[in-house]
Amino acid sequence: MAEWGEARKSSLLGKYTQRLSGPQKVTGQAKYTFDINRPGMLYGRILRSHIARGTLTALDLSPAEQMPGVKAVIPLIEIGKEIRYEGQEIAAVAADTRDIAADAIRAIRFDYDPLDHVVDLGEAMSEGSPQIRDWENNQSERQIDEKGDLKAGWATADAVVEVTYSTEVQVHTCLESHGHVAEWNGDQLTVWASTQAVFGTRRDFARHFELPEDKVRVITEHMGGGFGAKFGPGVEGRAAATLAKEAGRPVKLMLTRKGEQNTAGNRPSMVQHVKAGATKEGKLVAYEVSGYGTSGLGGGAGFTGPYVYQVPNYRTEKFNVAINAGSGRAFRAPRHPQGAFAMDSLMDELSEKIGMDSLEFRKLNDPNEIRHAEYDLGAKEIGWHRRPRVAGSGTGVRKHGIGVGSGQWGGGGGKGTKARVNINADGTVEAITGTQDLGTGIRTAIAIIVADELGLHPTDITVKIGDTLPGLPSGGSGGSQTTPSVSPVVKTAAMAAKESLINHLAEKVNVAADEVIIKEGSVTIGNNQLSWKEATSTLGMETISEDGSWDENLREGGAAGAQFAEVEVDTETGQVKLTKIVAVHDCGLIINRLATESQINGGVIGGIGYALLEDRIMDDQTGRSLNSNLIDYKVPGAQEIPEIRAIAYDTDRKVTGIGEPVTIPTAGAIANAVYNAIGVRIRSLPITPDKVLAALEEA
Amino acid sequence: MAEDKTRSTDQPEDRQTDLHQQVNETGLSRRNFLKGLGTGAVAATVAPATLAEADSHGAATSAEITRATAKLSINQQAYQIEVEPRTTLLTVLRDGIDTKGQRVDLTGAKEVCDRGACGGCTILVDGRSVYSCMMLAIDVEGKEITTVEGLADDGELHPVQQAFIEHDALMCGFCTPGFVIASKALLDQNPNPTREEIQAELSGNICRCGTYPFIFEAVASAAKKMK
Repeated sequence: MAEWGEARKSSLLGKYTQRLSGPQKVTGQAKYTFDINRPGMLYGRILRSHIARGTLTALDLSPAEQMPGVKAVIPLIEIGKEIRYEGQEIAAVAADTRDIAADAIRAIRFDYDPLDHVVDLGEAMSEGSPQIRDWENNQSERQIDEKGDLKAGWATADAVVEVTYSTEVQVHTCLESHGHVAEWNGDQLTVWASTQAVFGTRRDFARHFELPEDKVRVITEHMGGGFGAKFGPGVEGRAAATLAKEAGRPVKLMLTRKGEQNTAGNRPSMVQHVKAGATKEGKLVAYEVSGYGTSGLGGGAGFTGPYVYQVPNYRTEKFNVAINAGSGRAFRAPRHPQGAFAMDSLMDELSEKIGMDSLEFRKLNDPNEIRHAEYDLGAKEIGWHRRPRVAGSGTGVRKHGIGVGSGQWGGGGGKGTKARVNINADGTVEAITGTQDLGTGIRTAIAIIVADELGLHPTDITVKIGDTLPGLPSGGSGGSQTTPSVSPVVKTAAMAAKESLINHLAEKVNVAADEVIIKEGSVTIGNNQLSWKEATSTLGMETISEDGSWDENLREGGAAGAQFAEVEVDTETGQVKLTKIVAVHDCGLIINRLATESQINGGVIGGIGYALLEDRIMDDQTGRSLNSNLIDYKVPGAQEIPEIRAIAYDTDRKVTGIGEPVTIPTAGAIANAVYNAIGVRIRSLPITPDKVLAALEEA
Repeated sequence: MAEDKTRSTDQPEDRQTDLHQQVNETGLSRRNFLKGLGTGAVAATVAPATLAEADSHGAATSAEITRATAKLSINQQAYQIEVEPRTTLLTVLRDGIDTKGQRVDLTGAKEVCDRGACGGCTILVDGRSVYSCMMLAIDVEGKEITTVEGLADDGELHPVQQAFIEHDALMCGFCTPGFVIASKALLDQNPNPTREEIQAELSGNICRCGTYPFIFEAVASAAKKMK
């Protein structure tokens, strides 16, 4: 069993290290899938349905097939099948230029028998609505979970809160849309993919085209954001490869922005009717919730609840509602932001009812010591004592308030990653594994671990990731699993490589291995000191190449997290302005503090969008989405960013993932801050000015 | 209004140009283009006789002018690219092939929204930051185009580029070229910006990973170095 041991005290781990990909990215040299140009490459484009529901009765591809410059056309749906949402794929083309491809899909003709659609949650659930799948009233089976004795719990409650919380459909909005460049070479398929899972994508392509996996290569050197939406080829990937096969030329098929916003996944919505009780001493005693959401036509909606705080007696009922819209996909901490917003609001509503400070109430019901420390640290940073004692008691048009939110995550990683470290005779070092860097910084983290082990600098390590060719698999980058899954194997590979080099040198000079010290760019053998390059040059024609092995002891799961928000609400316009956010997050042993702080900033900003700005809006009459673009779907921009104090909180724990916990507590913190400012509660996200004004009006 | 059921969903954007307002100094206006007086060779899909017809009527009749050769200066390098009237500068940068058969391959500017909503395609035209997806290739003849690939001076990074690396003002990096160009343009116009000014002047660029805080720090840091 290995240990981080000395590495914890190293000059590299936990420090601020510049991202290795920085120079490529700031000079435009970094090539993403969207940038790949292959000899003879064609441009692919998908024709999508403009209707929300209907039966396809005719499909005429010939106008596209006959168009000059069009080299392949394929249908993506059969006659007689049902079109089930606006944006569903009808056909795809490959043409010499992107403009000809756009012309070609416009030339395709299709006809359909219209069917009644439904895109509103409430309407879908009601008696009169069209049944759009095999669920009664478009509702899935209830998932029930029970614990303890709810009746007894209610009996002991001194204060009860019974309310409804709701959250919106949020769209991933990756800046690089989904897409692939597919190229056949005989029966070998090479795919450049914008994906979070090169090996998973390889497997899916192989299965679809009935190829052995080793005939498929998937490459993702850089990719422009995933957030959970990019885990496999999808319809668009299979279409790209099929078009390439038909045309006998490589095909690049990237989704348009509309396709990306409309059909490439989303975070499902949530509505929950919740009732909870607490004693006047501050103990949660009962919790009952019935909640649902829509993930389009399938399952996938959900929320965590009860969440973070322990309640001995509860009953939860959760289900999905079907609507004619694009399906949900995993989106950064699936189910948690929904659950956290509700739970954080609920905790504040209860604490106010029993007359207890919100932080005190939370600590009484939260056994996690790390989060307690994060509450304390965050409270100090934001100035928790400055908050209005009575919500809404501030004078003036603009009222200020402070609120808190919390979260938890797993992120412990698992085995399955293979990694290799090579030390070459010229002193260069390669670290190779089949993981992928979505912007998370795993590339640099790998370099840090290897450099630390070998006494080098991260820029001395050449990290090779994002390619299935070396045959060193790793899992998909989801669940905040990448760093805890990859780090142990990279660490043990570096340790093995170092040991090999030591043994080689010891044998060469005829000393005991423990007389060879590799440290800080040099190698000491007894009284002699060599530079790293001098030492490795003794390898001659050989290369040291060592594979790592999985080591349970180098990682663990369980991240906490707490965030505080300070807001200023304009009671005349309803606008919520963020003044400051303090985010305190742990992830065990921190490898790159700089990248960790970036993750915290990023998670907070995603949470700001969720809390105040984002919402996929459907039009009931046409069944279409109204804002599948970047003007009307509002992700946070430069002017929505407050002062963010990102605190990467150190613990003695081992390497844990950080990608998702950081986006969980934000909406709750903001919602609680808004309540603290204006004294009326908004229980529906996003908290837009109209909701604020309506709530103030009602009060 | 009866819905045309057989229409496909993606409609071409009307590429609104103000060619009638901004006649390019070199004279390559749409009117001139249609008359076949562009500075490059004009290839029509029909015989010259029809072109003359178009000329005499002052507007295209049955002639369809589909291509012209645009002479562009990008990062101080001359290119001759065959374009259609509707070809955007972004498409030329990313997908363009020179008449000599060489790819332009300047993929720093990204296609993200393709309609001027996100800044991913930001480049400089005569030193001013513009969305290249909203410019027609034929509109920028005679102008100096600078992309992110042209910022470094003989291998030495521009202070903005260096600051972005140092402050981790990037994560996935897809928005980065646009932000680097926008930041450089910001500092060229406003060498001593406040944080509020930085935020306002970068509000034409979107980042989904959430690197804004470190971008603001990078710009402030670059401003200091550029004094």
